[in-house]
Amino acid sequence: MSKALATQGASIDFVVPYTASHPNISFMRVHGATPLGPIHKNGMGAYDSAGVLKDALHRKLSKNLSTIRDVQARYGEFVEELIADSAPDAIHAHDWLTMEAGMKAKDLTGAPLIVHVHATEFDRSGEHTGNPIVHEIEQQGLLMADRIIAVSRITKNIIVERYNIPADKVEVVHNALDVNELGDYHYDLRTYKYLEHLKQEGFTVVATVTRFTIQKGLVHFMKAAARACERYDKLVFLLAGDGEQRDELLRLSADLGIADKVFFTGFVRGKQWRDAYCVADIFVMSSVSEPFGLTALEAAHHDNALIISKQSGVGEVLHSIFRFDFWDTERLADQLVGIAASPTLKRELTEGVQREYAQLSWDDVAERCLGLYRHLREGAYA
Amino acid sequence: MNQRGIVLYLHVHQPWRVRDYSVFDTAYHHDYFDGNAGNDRNNRRVLEKVAEKSYRPMNALLETLLERHPDFKVSLSITGTFIEQCERWAPDVLESFQRLTATGRVEIVAETYYHSLAFFYSREEFERQVDAHREKVQSLFGVTPTAFRNTELAYNDELAKWADAKGYKAVLAEGWDPVLEWRSPNHVYQAPGTARTKLLLKNYRLSDDVAFRFSNQDWQQWPLASGTYAHWLDSATQNGPLVNLFMDYETFGEHQWADTGIFEFFERFVGEWASREDATFYSVSEAADAFEVAGEISMPRTVTWADTERDLTAWLGNGMQQEALRHLYALEHDVMRSGDLQLISDWRNLQTSDHVYYMCTKWFSDGDVHAYFSPYDSPYDAFLYFMNVIRDMRYRLMAYHNTGGGHG
Repeated sequence: MSKALATQGASIDFVVPYTASHPNISFMRVHGATPLGPIHKNGMGAYDSAGVLKDALHRKLSKNLSTIRDVQARYGEFVEELIADSAPDAIHAHDWLTMEAGMKAKDLTGAPLIVHVHATEFDRSGEHTGNPIVHEIEQQGLLMADRIIAVSRITKNIIVERYNIPADKVEVVHNALDVNELGDYHYDLRTYKYLEHLKQEGFTVVATVTRFTIQKGLVHFMKAAARACERYDKLVFLLAGDGEQRDELLRLSADLGIADKVFFTGFVRGKQWRDAYCVADIFVMSSVSEPFGLTALEAAHHDNALIISKQSGVGEVLHSIFRFDFWDTERLADQLVGIAASPTLKRELTEGVQREYAQLSWDDVAERCLGLYRHLREGAYA
Repeated sequence: MNQRGIVLYLHVHQPWRVRDYSVFDTAYHHDYFDGNAGNDRNNRRVLEKVAEKSYRPMNALLETLLERHPDFKVSLSITGTFIEQCERWAPDVLESFQRLTATGRVEIVAETYYHSLAFFYSREEFERQVDAHREKVQSLFGVTPTAFRNTELAYNDELAKWADAKGYKAVLAEGWDPVLEWRSPNHVYQAPGTARTKLLLKNYRLSDDVAFRFSNQDWQQWPLASGTYAHWLDSATQNGPLVNLFMDYETFGEHQWADTGIFEFFERFVGEWASREDATFYSVSEAADAFEVAGEISMPRTVTWADTERDLTAWLGNGMQQEALRHLYALEHDVMRSGDLQLISDWRNLQTSDHVYYMCTKWFSDGDVHAYFSPYDSPYDAFLYFMNVIRDMRYRLMAYHNTGGGHG
């Protein structure tokens, strides 16, 4: 998205909460707000807000960077210094991690604040209630924002209904897939050799590539898998990724009697990550609440047939897909068997979704954002 | 009238632990047991460690005691998987076991070569493993076992009937109170429907005083003196002539480290018992020969020597464990007809009960992590690697039978 914005003439100061080299990024200035490495954030509860401390909300700044709240504080401090030198035309903050810094920047410069919502605390906490501190920061950010961008209608609805934000303040701008970044790729059939072998024997590989966390609805997925296997034997399931739910899922696969049909890869990246899509026939996104769901577009790019929960935003921009309520395991099982048993249906779905995902473009997203910045400057929303 | 006495029976075993075997190894590498990392999935590393801490010092002590006390006797069961590891990495340990049996006062007890639960899954495979073990014992020690113990002392009436049909003098089992009711474990019993095989029951209180409680400083009797223990055995043998002390061999030096004084305790205790005029040591089969049957005891349900439940739940208690063994034994027919000795050996090594024991989650409820030692980070890891291996076995079978993965 930043690349597309830059191509269309925007000058971007991009502040990240870590320090790393970005050899392929020349279209904007990347600022590292902390000396931490990029992997560090994974241990700090950036995704799992259960680790965010209650007493940390208004804590004084310190040199300590041991919690995500410390990093956020440092991040805000850094942004403050940055804007002291050059005032921006617009401040674009993404999600709760940067909202406080965005509000501070707006306060200091008077520039309009755009809050871009990729996920809310309601999404991250699945069927449970989220962390009140995070919710509070989101609430303030959404109230203070001059404009809000939601990545799907689902997310917009959450912003309107759960945070009581007027609907006309929120625009829906769906994400896209940067196909160039995926580039040409030769799949050598080697990484998942056993699965390739099974495919030759007529098996259908059902995959998901995700974090194993409550938000992703994988328990429902597993139950649907077991139901599908009752009716159609030649199914195997590839669960690529890792997360706190892994043990629960392993045990569930055994309790459901399908442990030998479920493959757990552990954390994958690079070739192992990419080949998970390549070996898959069907990609399932079973999320309980998924603001967008970029992995579905990646799967479409790799010729997977898609089954997407109705609670996933990406389903709003694709048509040649099956959808199901995340809890509706019977329906998901039907859809799995249906695709596996019918090569024609599978071909229809993959060909259709190929056309559809290709129409989504970050250029369009950038154009929408630039238009929004312009309107804000002209006071069009006032 | 025979002298009162004790049977000292020690179980020697090491499994072939599965390495961290991933999806990405499946269909490529078949070296499931060749972990070479600096962790406890490295079988060589574990064997060498335990050899140093337990097998070498304990065998040396047993040799000394056999020399010193003409009445002293020990019974051992030694698994095939342990013997194979010794052959590769500690031949001197194997030689010391040979010296022990050469005295004629160390009895080798029969069991499954692979320390498996095959009795409950495939009677045919079970018998093949017992045969393989007997042959190994004959070739290494020049003796033929006449007493039988099943893996983890897993015993029921069916097993007794099987042992009886095979002509064993004795079969070993747990002396578990709910089964014994008012009876003492310190007699020789017989199972219903058997003609000659006698039942020797573990006196778990006196066995566990050494095996589990010896170094427990919270135990009221700590530190346990050899004299005290010998007195307890005196009392026990007043109401029944025979106390069966059954425990893991690795109690000495591994479960109870040398610095707990376990070796000194054992040496002194054997000396004290040997000095009693009216008491002696029996080997398992000797005890069966020496004592009349005191009564019949029936165990229709399987009893083991593990946990407070004394059942198989430490191995088959959860869905993962049941799945793992179900899928493993489902391969039997295809594995056997492949004729591939490596494949057959791998399949059998996967039957070792330790693999499913590592998947045990019972301790989650009582929090007693230490009661279930495992080389893996979690039971789930153990299950994950095992299932990946099962799939690789299927892959290898496809080459023989063109049967297809068939099950995923």
